[in-house]
Amino acid sequence: MQITNGPGAWLRPTRFAIAWDMLAGFLVFGVFVALALGSVGTFAPLASVTTTPLSLDPARLPYYAVRTVLRMLAAMAASLLFTFTYGTLAAKSRRAEPVLIPLLDILQSVPVLGYLSFTVVFFISLFPGRALGAEFAAVFAIFTSQAWNMAFSFYQALRTVPHDLDEACSAFRFSIWQRFWRLEVPFAMPGLVWNMMMSMSGGWFFVVASEAITVSDRTITLPGIGSYVALAIARQDLGAIGWAILAMTMVIIVYDQLLFRPLVVWADSFRFEQTARQVPHSWFLQVLRQSRLVHAATWPGFVAMRWLFRARVLNVGPSRGHRHAVSLFIDIAWYAAVLAALLWTANIIIRFVASELHWADVATVFRLGAYTLLRVMILIMVASIVWVPVGVLIGLRPKLAERIQPLAQFLAAFPANLLFPIFVLLIVRWHLNPDIWLSPLMILGTQWYILFNVIAGVTAYPTDFLEAAAVFHFHGWQWWSKAVLPGIFPYFVTGAITASGGAWNASIVAEVASWGATTLSAHGLGAYIAQTTAAGDYPRIVLGIAVMSLFVILFNRLLWRPLYAYGERHLRLD
Amino acid sequence: MASDICGSTEMSATVPASDSEPVGPEKVVLQAQHVTREFPRPSGEPQVVLDDIDFAIAEGEIVGLLGRSGCGKSTLLRIVAGLVSATSGAMLFRGRAIQEPTKGIAMVFQTFALFPWLTVLQNVQAGLDAQQVPEPEARRRALGAIDLIGLNGFEDAYPRELSGGMRQRVGFARALVVDPELLLMDEPFSALDVLTAETLRSDLVDLWSERKLAIHAILMVTHNIEEAVFMCDRILVMSSNPGHISAEIAVPLPHPRDRLAPAFRQIVDDIYSRMTAGIAPAHGSKHAESAVSLSTWLPAISPTRIAGLTETLETSPFSGSADLSALSARLRLNAGGLLRVAEVTQMLGFVELRDGTLHLTAAGRALAAAGIGRRNRLFAEHLLRAVPLAAYIRRVLEDRPGHQAPRSRFLAELEDHLDPHDAEHTLTAVIGWGRYADIFSYDHKHRLFSLGKPP
Repeated sequence: MQITNGPGAWLRPTRFAIAWDMLAGFLVFGVFVALALGSVGTFAPLASVTTTPLSLDPARLPYYAVRTVLRMLAAMAASLLFTFTYGTLAAKSRRAEPVLIPLLDILQSVPVLGYLSFTVVFFISLFPGRALGAEFAAVFAIFTSQAWNMAFSFYQALRTVPHDLDEACSAFRFSIWQRFWRLEVPFAMPGLVWNMMMSMSGGWFFVVASEAITVSDRTITLPGIGSYVALAIARQDLGAIGWAILAMTMVIIVYDQLLFRPLVVWADSFRFEQTARQVPHSWFLQVLRQSRLVHAATWPGFVAMRWLFRARVLNVGPSRGHRHAVSLFIDIAWYAAVLAALLWTANIIIRFVASELHWADVATVFRLGAYTLLRVMILIMVASIVWVPVGVLIGLRPKLAERIQPLAQFLAAFPANLLFPIFVLLIVRWHLNPDIWLSPLMILGTQWYILFNVIAGVTAYPTDFLEAAAVFHFHGWQWWSKAVLPGIFPYFVTGAITASGGAWNASIVAEVASWGATTLSAHGLGAYIAQTTAAGDYPRIVLGIAVMSLFVILFNRLLWRPLYAYGERHLRLD
Repeated sequence: MASDICGSTEMSATVPASDSEPVGPEKVVLQAQHVTREFPRPSGEPQVVLDDIDFAIAEGEIVGLLGRSGCGKSTLLRIVAGLVSATSGAMLFRGRAIQEPTKGIAMVFQTFALFPWLTVLQNVQAGLDAQQVPEPEARRRALGAIDLIGLNGFEDAYPRELSGGMRQRVGFARALVVDPELLLMDEPFSALDVLTAETLRSDLVDLWSERKLAIHAILMVTHNIEEAVFMCDRILVMSSNPGHISAEIAVPLPHPRDRLAPAFRQIVDDIYSRMTAGIAPAHGSKHAESAVSLSTWLPAISPTRIAGLTETLETSPFSGSADLSALSARLRLNAGGLLRVAEVTQMLGFVELRDGTLHLTAAGRALAAAGIGRRNRLFAEHLLRAVPLAAYIRRVLEDRPGHQAPRSRFLAELEDHLDPHDAEHTLTAVIGWGRYADIFSYDHKHRLFSLGKPP
């Protein structure tokens, strides 16, 4: 940016200015028009949703795609709002922190698709007779798949703000508000953008799953790619599934190019490391930055931002922590309130679940949970055995890695549930055992996290070590076990954590699959939750979700966390 | 070289605050009255970091706080900045007690503390934004400060595009633009290479002596003796355990100062001997460091540096004893770093410090001459004798049936007397020495001390 970019700066001629303007204008207005068209349907009455039948005509797909994208955008906006408030509160409030952070940890482990049934009922009752309720439920489902890790990353950034910059803010007497926008948000930005991308990848899976849902007796179908696929499955139309996959591919590419690529490049300027390095490139951001029209259009925005940084209304100095007797009293009252809320909630849950359930149900659910656990573990192992060597080999060839990395990220973003019908078709045709052959669907979408984390790890691995290994003739297993694997271990664990979390969530969709009238189901906790949801059996849904959350939490605490801590302690490369 | 300068003793004489030329209350910019700072410790007895600090800074003065790391000089500066509060006593700025960061005081940081996502101009302007200076005026003043400090043309650059010296110039511009009456500098040149630091120092002194700065006084923290003598009008020498001002030295030389001038060297040598006085075992003042005990804080100095020091001392031109300032120039070590190595080497009995001069002991000569195996054995002998913690760990390991002991055991004992960070540091230092001396081994993975080699 130039220092003289005042309101009139855009009037000065630059080379190719007209071309840049036209390109930028075309793209920006194209997006606006598409979004406007999509949002018209959002406020339609519910009747129109249930009476206007979905069409498998491929010409309708662009409209459905826009509707799906809109839901994603709405959920992302909500997630950002949540991140800034929840993350800030957790990092700044001594009292809120011990409650909010464990809560976030639990929320992260609860399977999103499990409680879809509750939220649909809740939101529809909130907007009776309008499609908006169902829309809200879908957006909420996506939100719950996106918000937690974003809030976590923001919280962690706030806790690790560099001490000297923090002191500089105090010494120059920044207000809380200025500190937030000048120090905390920029410092958190690169991590936050990365987490937004991860969330978005995961979100596609849930948006597709949440557009066509059956809760007890009623099926709600929102126009979108997900419901298009659901209809194609019901009508056994393989061609339509092909179109949907194509449309989704286009959507993800456009999303990546027009939103995330520019965001990543932009966020790169907030990197804290002081060293210069290769900056990623985004042609779209380039177009926006070159265009005078865009400059003119965003100028009021910049002025508003500068006003925000300086706003007098919000100019409160940071409070200095003095602890008094009053403060102690508030502490006691606060923790008493938290305890009371906890007991009250526990009471409600136990009463609700115990009204219909017996110990036999609990035993069944634990047994099914063990099956799903076994699946997740075997799948992660298999995926690791396949993708770690592949990732290492790709990572050692930087040119190849550069090309494969976006592909792996694309594959991770692609909602694997669109591919399920193809698998089901094969299983039905070959009469395969669903208990075994439905399992790969669970990891179809999330195995890529292992691949691209391993590639990233190898890319970051210092070449000195590889050269040393070569000079001392490390061969075969010694090369893998002494030189490479320890070096990429932390990256691998990060990838495996994400992959296993995703696999648990996917089990709800993957353990039950149908093609036309044929329904295949495996034995597992995911199938249990899916079936009880379809039947509207609320106590058993709650039981299923609670047990799955428990499994996920224990799995993380007893396996992944210790592994990660081990890697951090012993296998650091510094 | 110092002895042939007549009158040098008066020049560098200790000037107690009360004896310095009387200043009216309106001339006093900053005054510290019995400032004490304590940190709580798990054992109950608080750790005193600053003890009864008294000093005043008048208009037109550059005052240096000089001391080794850990003497509390940075904490003292942060009390002035309002970032840390005093446990007792008062820090008065223009007669008013400093409770929080105060208008009229600005600070330059050792690590620059620039916002990497803001351009040079935005960084400089940020402090004015915080004071709600209207936008056009803020921009005009920021550009003025950038111009003054020699950053013209870099307005749109991001800090990561600049060299260290240029970054610190941004740090100065940011501090100057808010028109502070008192400028605080926390080791502002120590992260820069020698050439860059020298240029920046001279530029700052030039701006100051040509009265181009609106600042009324400067307080700077440094551990570099030459730097302090080069820039300051008055130097407060600080000693540790607990941090206190052990000497006050006036530097009545006109700017610009010549580092090679005999008068300059005389002051530098004088400060060297004052700073080493605290180390000499014979010193009897109440603040003198007592003998090494089980819970004495120890710096993690590598044994190879200790051996290296004895070797340097043994060879020409020193052949057995060396002046500290000459040694620091030769080894390209700053005074703080050299003193720390010297202190540990003296603790182990390889050198003796007397009046700013290091003398090699007989053991030191033996160490310098020894080959690898013999050197480790000699080191072990002295380590077990001089460092009670090392001897204690060795004894515990010998007494235990399995000859093993967890790290946590010793850490817990240290934490009764030191704060957790210092305890950690001390144990790390002893682990390094013990491994070199081969008096025990330590398994990092299992955090376990043991005798003998791993299987």
